[in-house]
Amino acid sequence: MDPVQNFEIFAPKLIDRKEYFSPGHRACQGCGEVLALRHILKALGDDVVVANATGCMEIISSGYPQTAWEVPYVHVAFENAAAVGSGVEAALKALRRKGRIADRYVKTIAVAGDGGTCDIGLQALSGAMERGHDMIFFCLDNEAYMNTGIQRSSATPFMAATTTSPAGEAIPGQRTWKKNVPEIMVAHKVPYVATACPSYPIDLVNKVKKAAAVRGPAYIHVFSMCPTGWRCASEITIKMGRLAVETGVFPLYEVENGKYRLTMEVPEKLRPVKDYLTPQGRFRHLTPSNIERIQEQVHREWEILLNKVECMQPW
Amino acid sequence: MGKRVGMEVAIAAAEAVALCNIDVAAVYPITPQSHIAEHMADIIHDGRIDAEFITVESEHSAISALAGASAAGARAYTATSSQGLMLMHEILPIVSAMRLPICMANANRAVSGPLNIWNDHTDIMPQRDSGWICLFTENGQEAIDLSIMSFKIAEDPEVMLPCVVNIDGFQLTHMIEPLEFPSQAEVAKFLPPRKPFAQLHPDNPISMGCFAMPDTYTETVKAKEVALQGAKKVVIRVFSEWAKRFGRKYGVVETYRAKDAETLMLTMGSMGETAATAVDEMRKKGKKVGLVKLRLWRPFPVEEFKAAIAGCKTLVVMDRALSTGGAGGPVATDIKSILYGEKKKPRVLNVVAGLGGRDLTVGDFVNMFGLANKKKNEIFEFYGVRE
Repeated sequence: MDPVQNFEIFAPKLIDRKEYFSPGHRACQGCGEVLALRHILKALGDDVVVANATGCMEIISSGYPQTAWEVPYVHVAFENAAAVGSGVEAALKALRRKGRIADRYVKTIAVAGDGGTCDIGLQALSGAMERGHDMIFFCLDNEAYMNTGIQRSSATPFMAATTTSPAGEAIPGQRTWKKNVPEIMVAHKVPYVATACPSYPIDLVNKVKKAAAVRGPAYIHVFSMCPTGWRCASEITIKMGRLAVETGVFPLYEVENGKYRLTMEVPEKLRPVKDYLTPQGRFRHLTPSNIERIQEQVHREWEILLNKVECMQPW
Repeated sequence: MGKRVGMEVAIAAAEAVALCNIDVAAVYPITPQSHIAEHMADIIHDGRIDAEFITVESEHSAISALAGASAAGARAYTATSSQGLMLMHEILPIVSAMRLPICMANANRAVSGPLNIWNDHTDIMPQRDSGWICLFTENGQEAIDLSIMSFKIAEDPEVMLPCVVNIDGFQLTHMIEPLEFPSQAEVAKFLPPRKPFAQLHPDNPISMGCFAMPDTYTETVKAKEVALQGAKKVVIRVFSEWAKRFGRKYGVVETYRAKDAETLMLTMGSMGETAATAVDEMRKKGKKVGLVKLRLWRPFPVEEFKAAIAGCKTLVVMDRALSTGGAGGPVATDIKSILYGEKKKPRVLNVVAGLGGRDLTVGDFVNMFGLANKKKNEIFEFYGVRE
């Protein structure tokens, strides 16, 4: 890690003290997703419009007649946050050009969970990114449909037990490996793609600021710990995010115009995935050989990522 | 007043919208709407109007993008048809509940399956409860006039609801007709830029699309109902302003030779002209027949409809859609409900005809009038179906 390039990450006091997401919302204790949202909004400041998909963040923040949002906010449906954001962005552009709103730049962002991004919202996301709207899309990934009661999504990790991928006698949990949506976004030639985690708030804030500086599409995939759905203690939320990163389960990196860069301290040796899996009830049924299989896959993915960091050239 | 030109109706619909100072259009191509989409693209790409054109990846995203655009304060337009409208279905009631005055043209086409690209009303009927103002057009001139008026109606502070203008696919969209356009200056006077009640902007941060618990949901449903019912008087007001400015008169329910008619037929959309020719032929033979044309489908103009059919003995309702497994076509079902409590009411016959582009000639309409002579009628019957 280059300490000069990353100097600002050691300056937490640079983070905005103003709150754009009010307390008093209905998120669970230890919610990593709402913490991510709080930091994201701090990084963006006042001049932003948020298009939010149906999901945890919508339902905990906007029960009529109350709202936790201090910035302009719109929710329409589950699968269309990117499409709604497209329209907001187009409207702000047209209305500013035509002198019908204040003549200053306002950023549009879209926020969805992993279901609203990787599954039901993938088409709208692909369309919006392909069209090149000036918009940041945030996937707040807590690895299942937590709002409806912990059902599996394509972002649920291999073998995790959810209510629709239970740890049964015949089938021990989720049968598929996590879909890699950041890679899909890189394939769209999105100028700025990053992964982030609220356990690393300064890294998250910096990435949001970088994404906001892009005049075009950007995508940030935020690993959002969910004690409720992961069946772990709510006070270890931050630790769970760190373990995911330190074990290589969820590496932190960014891709600027196709150039990969790790934004985490690269350890000599990754921590064993067992450290990350054991505190979580959703992995409690795993046998040592199951854990070994996951460990192998995590190492393989990590090597692939390191190769990309080394080999991929900017567009 | 503008000059008369020969133009395809779909292209004319896009030209009419181009006069309306729209800010955002989002369209996805589908037959037979595609000429509207293509021509809208031409207009914007040639810089003839200052608007954003979003080439969305689906109709679902078209209406979703417009929800965002309209919430941000833009005048927003889309056009679709059939499967495209069905794909929008989920978002339509959200748009009306959010009171977003989006305007849309629907090139009416049969719904799959089997796949069929031709004209009927099976696409719009499943959307009837979605809280949109729903207008029908009979010819190209009406498509132009109503496309322009739809923005004025939708954006009225008393209304603030989305509006769909139905233009029969192929039978109207692909016809070349002599048409008259108002000038840009005349339309600008009639329709100033949109002044949104609320909009997404950091200068005044608000939350839109909040969820409602059981203690408020019913109230939101009622608020929408009151607004939609109240839209009728605004529709009538805008029609009368249009007549004053441009000379063409429109009614929410229109009649043709209905005054002394014993048998009336009710149609919607482009079939009205063929039915009118049938009425003329039958009148020549001394038959007391007439026509009722429903222009405003939602909100249903109950009083105007009752006045239009007062005195007739038999009402033949022609539906171009069917509530499968139900009590007939959706239009007749509504009409029977409306008339149920009336002391004096006509016998109502329901004919389901003209599905999936099945042509209906003047002779067919004469035959359908003839159903009134049958002693006993089914709840509804198909016309012209092979057994």
